[in-house]
Amino acid sequence: MEFLYFLIRRVFWSLLVLFGLSIVIFVIARVMPGDPARMAMGPRASQEQVAELKAKMGLDKPLLEQYEQFVVGLAHGDLGLSLLTKRPVDDDIAETFAATFELVLATIAIAFLFGVPMGVVAAANKDGWIDNLVRFFAILGAVTPSFLLALLLQVLAGYVLHVLPTTGRLSPDAAMRADITGLLTIDTLLKGRLDGLLDALRHLLLPSLALSAATVGQIARITRSSMIDVAKQDYIEAARAFGVPNRVRVFKYMLRPAFVPPMTILGLEFASLLGNAFVVELVFGWPGMASYGVRSILQKDLNAVMGVVMISGVFFVVANLTIDVLVGFVDPRVRIRGGRA
Amino acid sequence: MSASAGPISPARVSIAYQNWHRFSRNPTAVIGSIIVIVVIFAALLAPVIAPHPDHAGAIVNFPARHLPPSAQYWFGTDDVGRDIFSRVLFGYRVSLMLAAVVLGFAVPLGAALGLIAGYFGGWAEIVIMRLTDVALAIPPLVMALAVTAVLTPNLIHAMFAIAALWWTWHTRLIFSIARTLRQQEFVEAARTLGASRFHILFRELLPNCASAILVKTSLDFGFVILIGAALSFLGLGVQPPTPDLGTMVASGADYLPDRWWESLLPGAAILFVAMGFNLLGDGLRDLFDVESVR
Repeated sequence: MEFLYFLIRRVFWSLLVLFGLSIVIFVIARVMPGDPARMAMGPRASQEQVAELKAKMGLDKPLLEQYEQFVVGLAHGDLGLSLLTKRPVDDDIAETFAATFELVLATIAIAFLFGVPMGVVAAANKDGWIDNLVRFFAILGAVTPSFLLALLLQVLAGYVLHVLPTTGRLSPDAAMRADITGLLTIDTLLKGRLDGLLDALRHLLLPSLALSAATVGQIARITRSSMIDVAKQDYIEAARAFGVPNRVRVFKYMLRPAFVPPMTILGLEFASLLGNAFVVELVFGWPGMASYGVRSILQKDLNAVMGVVMISGVFFVVANLTIDVLVGFVDPRVRIRGGRA
Repeated sequence: MSASAGPISPARVSIAYQNWHRFSRNPTAVIGSIIVIVVIFAALLAPVIAPHPDHAGAIVNFPARHLPPSAQYWFGTDDVGRDIFSRVLFGYRVSLMLAAVVLGFAVPLGAALGLIAGYFGGWAEIVIMRLTDVALAIPPLVMALAVTAVLTPNLIHAMFAIAALWWTWHTRLIFSIARTLRQQEFVEAARTLGASRFHILFRELLPNCASAILVKTSLDFGFVILIGAALSFLGLGVQPPTPDLGTMVASGADYLPDRWWESLLPGAAILFVAMGFNLLGDGLRDLFDVESVR
């Protein structure tokens, strides 16, 4: 029951955050200097044409009324028309979001797959050379610009070794579409197309590697320090006294509680992950929301830009809610006490 | 430096010396500070030490275009024949200034808000901390992209956009410290003696947050530089002909992999400075024993 109460409170605060986010975005779009109508029409449009578009977009109304319109639209999933594609922004984002989502999921999988073992090994060899090596890689991952890593991987795997494709989600000749879940890896599996799955995974590997560097380091670092903390607990000492084998102690009793901090960190990492996705998608020609966002920014497509920022925020909020629930499953203390440990 | 010079009475060893002693034995901190000092001097003295200071501007030198690294051009030349090494030195000026301005705004603001929320609690805490939750939900790079899209893409707007979000991290950090400090005796004592709220916040609490702020700011210097570089890599930050590391990587990327130096060397220069600030922050974290700062 406590956990349910905790969840309800979290959902309430999340809604409040989204409300705040809508204000921030509205301020950027409408209150800051810069005329959206003039931007849309270009510098050669006449004053009358701009005024007409302004009236059509509702930009001549009072700010409060404009905000009301904006929020009502948001609540209906209506983000306005994209000036670039001449289609509703929500349609554009729905189409591109799945690609970004797949990239982010793959990145998180890589981050945990490498980060957690790195942290565990580092903690087991505290202050030894392995620990220092892990620490060095963690820092290197955090400070390597993601566009530099993306370019390096692209050149190395694509042009020098010729082992992996360097752009897109699928080979051009692959007759495949992501029309069930939008995630190519899942859709190809559902259709039983193993060749398609392999193709999709090969395309996914480089971008997600480039995107994961910083997160791998962060997760390794947090796992290391939380493993060291857990190892100091009395119940681990007791387990040792009872003669519980080392392997069981580490994997059964230590890893589970030590898993909580990396998970909560991942929630905060989401923001920078999404930010870096903007760069990585561009380098790899990944047809996701981030490359859509960059394109619309360069074209001054205001509705699209605001839509992308809003969806990024929603993604962040929902991801953090999900993590809270997952943490509740991993750590019973959270369920009982009703809060993050 | 070494203690073998003779027995030193502990009382005569100043705290500053003890700190220096520990600092100088922390390889991460030493390497980090050397990198940071080198980069700062390179940026400050760029007009003096750059082999081709005039190449920082919009000049063209077509006979020398696309030259690989050599004794004359250490990092090679770009697509209009400018010396990339000289442009990297000038690029550091832009990167450092971006980070200094963003953090010069975000750190004091974030720290002050964190102190207020942590010390007073109640409504102040609710309002300030929910505000940080909102700001946290927007990736700084995405915010910077959106703002520069609405206004015109340039350095000032980019700095404004990043700073508008960056204070959150410092608020959260200082909030958690101030909240635990609030109950301590020395704060209680100050309160009993009739100290003003201003005095308690900035004379009692702030000094106890100083080491955490220093560590965080050092780490942040690297991260803000990375975001600035990513922004100009996308063409929305510093505009040519001002030399900027991110812009150089982007324009050099067209010539990969054959003319690798045009993008990878400026990229390595970004990595170098970010690494320096990160190592320094990491070392300072060990030194001050503030494990919680990320």
